[in-house]
Amino acid sequence: MNTAVAGIRFLRSVAARPMLDLPLVSALVATACFGLVVLYGASGEDSGTVLRQAVRLAIGLTSMTVIACLSPHHFRVWAPAFYALGLALLVLVAFLGEGRGAQRWLDLGIIRFQPSEILKLSLPMMLAWYMHRSSLPPGWRQLLVSLVIVAVPAVLIARQPDLGTAMLVATSGLFVVFLAGLSWRLITFFCVSAMALAPVLWHFMHDYQRGRVLTFLNPESDPLGSGWNIIQSKIAVGSGGLFGKGWMNSTQAHLEFLPERSTDFVLAVLAEEFGLLGVLLLFALYLYIIGRCLWLAGQAKDSFSRLLAGALGLTFFVYVMVNAGMISGLLPVVGVPLPLISYGGTSLISLLTSFGLIMSVYSHRRLLNRY
Amino acid sequence: MKPPARKPIRDAVREAAIFRARAQVGFFLVCAVFAVLSGRYFYLQVLSHDEFTTRAENNRVKYRALAPNRGLIMDRHGVILADNRPAYRLELIPEQVPDLGETLVELGELLEISEADIQRFHKLRKARRSFQAVPLKLRLDEDQVARFAVDRHHFPGVDIVPYQTRVYPLGENLAHVVGYVGQLDADDLRSVDSGRYAATSHIGKIGLEQAYENMLHGEVGREKVETNVQGRILRSLDKTPAQPGHNLYLTIDSALQQLAMASLGDYTGAIVAIEPGSGEVLAMVSQPGYDPNAFVAGLSVADYQALINSSRRPLFNRALRGGYEPGSTIKPYMALAGLENGIIELDTVMMSRGYFQLPGQPRRYRDWKRGGHGEVDVVKALEESVNVFFFDLASKMGIDAIHDYLEQFGFGQPTGIDLNGEARGILPSRAWKRATMGEPWYPGETVIAGIGQGFNVTTPLQLAHAAAVLAARGESGQPHLVRHVGYEPATGDADHPVPRPATRISTTRSDHLEAVIDGMIAVVHGKRGSARAIAADKPPFVMAGKSGTAQVFGLAQDEEYVGDEVPRHLRDHALFVAFAPADEPSIALAVVVEHGGGGSTVAAPIARQLIDAHLGYGTEEIAAQ
Repeated sequence: MNTAVAGIRFLRSVAARPMLDLPLVSALVATACFGLVVLYGASGEDSGTVLRQAVRLAIGLTSMTVIACLSPHHFRVWAPAFYALGLALLVLVAFLGEGRGAQRWLDLGIIRFQPSEILKLSLPMMLAWYMHRSSLPPGWRQLLVSLVIVAVPAVLIARQPDLGTAMLVATSGLFVVFLAGLSWRLITFFCVSAMALAPVLWHFMHDYQRGRVLTFLNPESDPLGSGWNIIQSKIAVGSGGLFGKGWMNSTQAHLEFLPERSTDFVLAVLAEEFGLLGVLLLFALYLYIIGRCLWLAGQAKDSFSRLLAGALGLTFFVYVMVNAGMISGLLPVVGVPLPLISYGGTSLISLLTSFGLIMSVYSHRRLLNRY
Repeated sequence: MKPPARKPIRDAVREAAIFRARAQVGFFLVCAVFAVLSGRYFYLQVLSHDEFTTRAENNRVKYRALAPNRGLIMDRHGVILADNRPAYRLELIPEQVPDLGETLVELGELLEISEADIQRFHKLRKARRSFQAVPLKLRLDEDQVARFAVDRHHFPGVDIVPYQTRVYPLGENLAHVVGYVGQLDADDLRSVDSGRYAATSHIGKIGLEQAYENMLHGEVGREKVETNVQGRILRSLDKTPAQPGHNLYLTIDSALQQLAMASLGDYTGAIVAIEPGSGEVLAMVSQPGYDPNAFVAGLSVADYQALINSSRRPLFNRALRGGYEPGSTIKPYMALAGLENGIIELDTVMMSRGYFQLPGQPRRYRDWKRGGHGEVDVVKALEESVNVFFFDLASKMGIDAIHDYLEQFGFGQPTGIDLNGEARGILPSRAWKRATMGEPWYPGETVIAGIGQGFNVTTPLQLAHAAAVLAARGESGQPHLVRHVGYEPATGDADHPVPRPATRISTTRSDHLEAVIDGMIAVVHGKRGSARAIAADKPPFVMAGKSGTAQVFGLAQDEEYVGDEVPRHLRDHALFVAFAPADEPSIALAVVVEHGGGGSTVAAPIARQLIDAHLGYGTEEIAAQ
């Protein structure tokens, strides 16, 4: 009886107060639809590709809505357990995983997935949970504990080996620490130590990872081998010009000079077909989404919600930066898809889920005051 | 005094303020990064746009050469002698073939690929880059094409490609005239414009195919194509079609040519027939021939060796390059030289006793007829081929006068026919002997020169040409095989690719010339004519002729030559020159039958047969008269 009453009360509150932030949802849907249009051209006018991606978009939006309706309270309570689950799966994948050359995938019979994706959400949740326990800004002790929380999954992922994801996961955790107010003195110290450790990191890198860095530094040194992707990507972008060659007119993609044209390198196709104007439009959408996320985070009344939402927003930005930097030859080639645009379900659904978390924080901001 | 260690009281407002400050810093950094990224894209897409546009174009646009269709070769009646026919060849792109050795073995089992094909494949492969297609087998038949099509998916990088192949429908009959094309090799590429031959696989190697290569080849086309990353052509962007080569319309009458070829039977030898006046070559035969079609697809080393080493020398063009003693066939020109030089007159009569002696020398130059021919004038001397008459004439005229007059008929120099490699023969003189042998001239050499022996060497082509000059009463065009070059047959007067100088002899009196021709008519139609046997059926036309015998080995003085007792390869060559109809000749010819024995018995009937065919008299019609 009580549960029924509670249920009715919940539904009433949902109806009274929108769970979704309309401006953010609009920007997300607009970006994703732009993505579908680009994908149609990039896949060689394959409507099947677009349809599959549209289905994933629908699943992602549903997941986002469901998460947005849940209270951040639940996430905070479950954060340590979720984090532990992620770690356990990472350990499991080290023994049972599969994949070409690197063990990243876990086959659960029904679905195959990368446990590292879970950490993209659970690590910032865990750190936000940890920061929430004490008063802010964090001191030395909290910094050290935080670094351990970040390092354990990062090292596990890096050993798969998947250095790119490891760094992205670590970054999402470090954003929590940054947003929590870690003093600039400690940030400086931290950055200097990281730079000093870079040669050590080089020492522990796999050959293919070193190759990527070297190729990034001088792509023309091996134009038909590892430099191919960067060169062809830059040719696609540069030949697009200000206005682009027009939709479905990407010669670099259609003639297959561009690799991974519907996944990691889809931005090159967008730049070739829609030109600098298309790129700037996309950047504007991304900037709006990130800004909106940070603003929504700032509205939250408790530090867990704030830190989680803010870190997720900034993590989203990092994905954009790494991908756009890679396409234009500013950053090395790492397997990071372009958020909301690249073909593929895992990235899209987990991203939209994280936006669901951000919206949950916003829509439950008043409720949380009671806790 | 210290406060007890406890959880500090949380300052929610301060924490929110810290967050907002940090979020602002974060957003500022985000904006900064987006500014950098936008700058980067501006640099690539606006500032470096031209450079990357060029590179994108270079990626996708390639130029491809288009092979022109080679011009056809037709005889004077439009019969095709060299044709282009669609065919299929098997090509491999080495780069795309996973295991070349195994693929070659498997293809060999499927399609009967010879060792020669594989050798050639490896040779060509070394000269090309690994992404370029290399032909493995030419001229696949329909069955082979079908068999490969079924198994195609087993052979990545192997493909069947349509192309035009050269076909010579009349095969060996015209091999020595038309020649053949063979695969373009590195040597050929040094002598031609490689751009013009960029798409060409074959080039004329010999014969007219070689001599007229420049006109037959045509102009290469160019196609701008869009290719994908594998280099596969997706579509044509722009096309300048290849311009086909010009056709050659020959002077050859292929029916006469085939008849001439057949008439030699299994003798080796040569026949050249020329239209007097124009110099158009109606037939030019060298027996044996060879199959030019075999050279197009490429001969195996063994097959080529067999051709080279054959004792019958099928690759040797006897009509063009064969050197023969003219023998008695030179007598008509000697007679005319004597008349024109005033050594003899039309009514000059001499006694033939069967031999000739130079004053004060013991050697007797014998006639072929023991006891001699009695009283002989110039016509009778030709009719009965009286050696003594010409021994006497030659020794009176002297070698240099003989040389100077006979030179006008084209002896001792190339006729200038439109084929390469023509032999010039030898028309001896004092100067020639001094220059080539460093020896003085001996009077005895003049004597035998009078009957076309000694140093004299002529080609069948020269013999036919000289006969044509005589037949045309002193002036005939340079022998040639091509009447017209163009896309359509010539209308009206044939226009020749190069102006052809005529051969003209100096004659002071036309009755000199007619007397010589009367003598040649008597050879065939006279009561004692040396070749009267061929006119025993009284043909409905008058022909003029002269037989000759070229010695294969010298006879000692007083030795008797008995043809039937000599092994065939040591028998004399039989020669016959003729033209008909005698008053208005439309054909002049020279027949050389190697080791045929006597000119009148073996070569003359062949000449008669060809003249019959040319004048439109079948054997039945003649038999009916």
